[in-house]
Amino acid sequence: MAAQTLFEKIWNSHVVQQEAGQPALLFIDLHLIHEVTSPQAFEGLRTAGRKVRAIERTFATLDHNIPTTDRSLPITDPESARQLEAMRQNCRDFGVLLFDLGAREQGIVHIIGPELGLTQPGMTIVCGDSHTSTHGAFGALAFGVGTSEVEHVLATQCLWQARPKTLEIRVNGKLGAGVTAKDLILAIIGKIGTAGATGCAIEYRGPTIEAFSMEERMTVCNMSIEAGARAGMISPDRTTVEYLRGRPYVPKGAEFERMAERWLGLATDSGARFDRNVAIDAASIAPQVTWGTNPGMVVEVTSRVPDPQKYADPAEQRAAEQALAYMGLKPSTPITDIKIDRVFIGSCTNGRLSDLQAAAAMVGGRKVAPSVHAMVVPGSQQVKLDAEAAGLDKIFKAAGFEWRESGCSMCLGMNPDVLKPGERCASTSNRNFEGRQGKGGRTHLVSPAMAAAAAIEGHFVDVRNWR
Amino acid sequence: MKAFKKFTGLVAPLDKPNVDTDQIIPKQFLKAIVRSGLGAGLFYDWRSKPDNSDFVLNQPRFKGASVLVARANFGCGSSREHAVWALDDFGFKAVIAPSFADIFRNNSLKNGFLPIVLTAEQVDHIFKAVAREEGYSLHIDLSAQTVSDESGWSARFEIEPFQKKCLLEGLDEIALTLHHEKEIGAYEAKHPVPYPRA
Repeated sequence: MAAQTLFEKIWNSHVVQQEAGQPALLFIDLHLIHEVTSPQAFEGLRTAGRKVRAIERTFATLDHNIPTTDRSLPITDPESARQLEAMRQNCRDFGVLLFDLGAREQGIVHIIGPELGLTQPGMTIVCGDSHTSTHGAFGALAFGVGTSEVEHVLATQCLWQARPKTLEIRVNGKLGAGVTAKDLILAIIGKIGTAGATGCAIEYRGPTIEAFSMEERMTVCNMSIEAGARAGMISPDRTTVEYLRGRPYVPKGAEFERMAERWLGLATDSGARFDRNVAIDAASIAPQVTWGTNPGMVVEVTSRVPDPQKYADPAEQRAAEQALAYMGLKPSTPITDIKIDRVFIGSCTNGRLSDLQAAAAMVGGRKVAPSVHAMVVPGSQQVKLDAEAAGLDKIFKAAGFEWRESGCSMCLGMNPDVLKPGERCASTSNRNFEGRQGKGGRTHLVSPAMAAAAAIEGHFVDVRNWR
Repeated sequence: MKAFKKFTGLVAPLDKPNVDTDQIIPKQFLKAIVRSGLGAGLFYDWRSKPDNSDFVLNQPRFKGASVLVARANFGCGSSREHAVWALDDFGFKAVIAPSFADIFRNNSLKNGFLPIVLTAEQVDHIFKAVAREEGYSLHIDLSAQTVSDESGWSARFEIEPFQKKCLLEGLDEIALTLHHEKEIGAYEAKHPVPYPRA
């Protein structure tokens, strides 16, 4: 048989039905749901008298619209409370397992899927959330869908899908000290653009990716959508297998070994061809900081805010001018001169244990700058427990960071964790769109280490030569 | 889904690339548990900004517009289908742009809402025509896959036959899928649930 990519192997093995020239009916192995994009889908099922086809493949949690403060207190926003209650009622009515507030499995949907071992190589995975691409780190085909498709999967466990193109992003060389998976993916988006991978399933490959931990791989795949990609994936290897061993939803003993062999066989065959190829040199990448209002507007920490006058394309020039006006930045300002008011460490991009460890390592015994309000929001209850067992909460609290309960929090600001108009935030999240973290708020996307160092100094610093 | 019928509608120009779904419908409107009424939140932050009377949807001349024209990569970012529901509820029936983000495009097609891809030059032509002529309208015909105006200018757009059929007939995609019950059942029988029983 001809050499195949990981994507091709998964796609071909999930086609239930297809006629020539038509989209494929694709079987979905795992469906993750949350409170914000599912209520209208359940309502659709009710109206049509349909049920959830595969409750054993459907898992729900509450993450987007929940407070990260004391969980014993009632939810003060009545609209949020109603949405959470709707999720609970829908899960009861349709028999779906819900990891509710208070459950030790609760957390951001893209953190708990891998953590519980629900996410496995070779699967098709969907969720009503664009960062579903995160799960691709395990060698799964995982993509975000809208509410109509959530309803479709609930009812049929399938989706009609046009086959995306394949894009290889090969990362060669080694990242320098202080340069992280977050800097790599920001640099990739900066290079190919926010629509650079539209219509494509990316596979990240090469020695840099192979050397990454699963948590680093998840950070990279997570932001594939920020380059417009349909999905981001990485071929399964021993790192993948060892991460999954012993997780609650993977089998044990001989059955696990059998599955592991099958997973390893899913890796892209040598000689397999991609529709497009991009190469990146890891060694040339410095810590990244976004300056504008989309994740492609990014520069190295050692550089300056771009000058729109120097853009050749008038449309790009106008976009840069508008972005700088919104961000309250002057052209050519050194990045390290930008002062910040807030720091957010968390999200499905950078809310895992290793992210919090990287941030805590920068903090050491230092204090958050008096002018900065900083918070750490673990991605899940498990991350929170693990971090507390390692004493990270004490390091953060002693430095003046707030230590919160798990959820999406200020990544999208649906809960009370929002920026005030004009506030400037160093954030480990994934989107710096206008108003994303609060109306009028100004977001700079960075790695956890860069965010922690900025919290202490009150402005951006290059973590490679800081202190 | 409602069927998509040909129509002639006033064009509103949104001269920006990379319009993300956070702008189309800001987060505070995502707490809704129904699909209706989201038009009030459409481009809320831009519409409600002080001194923003020149924002396209605040201008009286574009009141009642049903065709939105924008620049490349429209609908990028979050998967929130609320973006399409808000455009639809506000009165739009189609968006024209040189390119769309994948999820937004999918969401549109599930709601009888038409994302039309034209070339950057054709889109530019429409922006110029709108600037020149108050009341500039376009006729959109999905059967013929054309966009045209009164002056005789017209452009053809592409759409996959399956999606065209779904839109024109207003098909319930779930019902369509359930016709394949036998194949889905056969697939499930060969692919057991991968999780140990709790």
